[in-house]
Amino acid sequence: MNIIVCLKQVPDTETQIKIGSDRQSIVTDDIKWVMNPYDEYGVEEALRLKEKHGGEVTVVGLGPKRVTESIRTALAMGADKGILISDGALDGSDSLAHAKAIAAAIKDLQYDLIFTGQRGVDDDLGIVGATLAEALNIPQLSLIVKVEVAEDGKSVKVQRPIEGETLVITSTLPALITAQKGLNEPRYASLPGIMKAKKKPLAEKSLADLGLNSADFGAGARKMKILELTPPPAREAGKIVPGETPQEKAAQLAKLLHDEAKVL
Amino acid sequence: MAQGVWTIAEQRDGEIRKISYELVSEGRRLADALGQELTVVLLGSNIKDKAAAFGPYGANKVMVADDSRLEPYTTDAYVSVISQLVKANEPAVLLLGASVQGKDLAGRLAARLDVAMAQDCTVFAIEGGTLVATRPIYAGKAYAKVTFENSWPQMATARPKVMSVNEPDPSKSAEVMDAAFTLDDADLKTKVMDVVKDESGKVDLTEADKIVSGGRGMKGPENYYILEALADVIGASVGASRSAVDAGWRPHSDQVGQTGKVVSPNLYVACGISGAIQHLAGMSTSKVIVAINKDADAPIFQKADYGVVGDLFDVVPALTEEAKKYV
Repeated sequence: MNIIVCLKQVPDTETQIKIGSDRQSIVTDDIKWVMNPYDEYGVEEALRLKEKHGGEVTVVGLGPKRVTESIRTALAMGADKGILISDGALDGSDSLAHAKAIAAAIKDLQYDLIFTGQRGVDDDLGIVGATLAEALNIPQLSLIVKVEVAEDGKSVKVQRPIEGETLVITSTLPALITAQKGLNEPRYASLPGIMKAKKKPLAEKSLADLGLNSADFGAGARKMKILELTPPPAREAGKIVPGETPQEKAAQLAKLLHDEAKVL
Repeated sequence: MAQGVWTIAEQRDGEIRKISYELVSEGRRLADALGQELTVVLLGSNIKDKAAAFGPYGANKVMVADDSRLEPYTTDAYVSVISQLVKANEPAVLLLGASVQGKDLAGRLAARLDVAMAQDCTVFAIEGGTLVATRPIYAGKAYAKVTFENSWPQMATARPKVMSVNEPDPSKSAEVMDAAFTLDDADLKTKVMDVVKDESGKVDLTEADKIVSGGRGMKGPENYYILEALADVIGASVGASRSAVDAGWRPHSDQVGQTGKVVSPNLYVACGISGAIQHLAGMSTSKVIVAINKDADAPIFQKADYGVVGDLFDVVPALTEEAKKYV
């Protein structure tokens, strides 16, 4: 079975986010870029399915040249080939536009399953998977923690936790799955894996290569306009609850939560 | 010209979920600001008798799509029906909940309608007749104020438990109407085979009013009974930090933070959690934050409304006893 995994590069989750002077973007100096954590689950699941059912895993990334590193990481983990969609005209595009570019890169490939992370831990929109599935006219299965492909390779059964329940859903293939934490424990790339990755094919595509018009991309084509980025609302450090012993402190705290905060 | 505010109700097994009332309340405020009508769209099977629930919260109309194939929820069926209704009626604003179901639905619906969608918003306003949404990005390390351009309806999801619910006015009622739609079985490619209820019986963290959360300071999975005991007394759900989850002490579904759940309870009690930035990101919209930690310099105290410097193994059991006086 052939599987495509989409990946995005995001600031490491330990990154302190600073807002740029334009109030439209973040300061990207000193940021450590990593593969979006949810995309790692997608890569791992694709590799496990390949190990079980055979086939090929193709990794598709979008963004500046540095995204090559994350694609190479996925190749070192065991993916077979990579595609980087990179074009200056993509700068400032919104997620809708990104998804359309990715769809253009995927539409002529052979695939049974597509994985994306359930969301990027940067803009937290979580709409690339859905937009891609719509563009390719295939079903989407979101926030999935278990994937079982039928022996005949024609359908998939997944588990999708919702509030207080887990749904067991079946779908025809091809389908798109968005990976949630809990799906698996991603492997580390081995040293031989890293060596092999250097020789695996990695194609770079511009918007023109994909038959797309640059005018449909970039800041000017955004449907969602950013008016302003701000730091989170300040949360003042509150009071340290007084008391000599743990019992006194606990008694004070319970009283404050009842009388003052009114949450108890 | 697009006109009116729509909210998509969420129900499960015929029970209207709380997020639906949060949406209709916020929808009412936006409709008033625009001077337009508020319509609630309710989908399900044999659901029409629930439509009367929304009038008292401020809905002018409730549009009911009733079909056996709309229960349980599937992306395919809901997107097909709602996209037809939106195209036929052209609302100006379309709001959904940022629940697991709502996020799935909103993503695909936005793609079908080819419009932008602001996910998981915490503030909405009407400025110059246009919807302006504020949403946390980088899991709350920054906020983005966004609006829409050449994108109708203006579409967004609201973070659960953030929008305040109107006091219902039983004298108000909404006009209930049947939605006109078609549903083709060939379009329904996914099927819910089974529903497994969580055994814990606890409210999901994203919907919980109170959360007691434990981190590395818990020292091991065997000690979480201390938090469970407090949670039982105050009616809370139990969460965990990433380090506790990565250590295998607690299930993934309990993780609060940038790569876990983003929560907004009325009360968040962080026990033995130092306050790594990715954790703070996931709980900073909590209304009241309590930190219990023996390290007085732990960053969590900078975010806490009430800090207790002390050993959680002494403080939490004592708090459990004290809390009994108030519940």
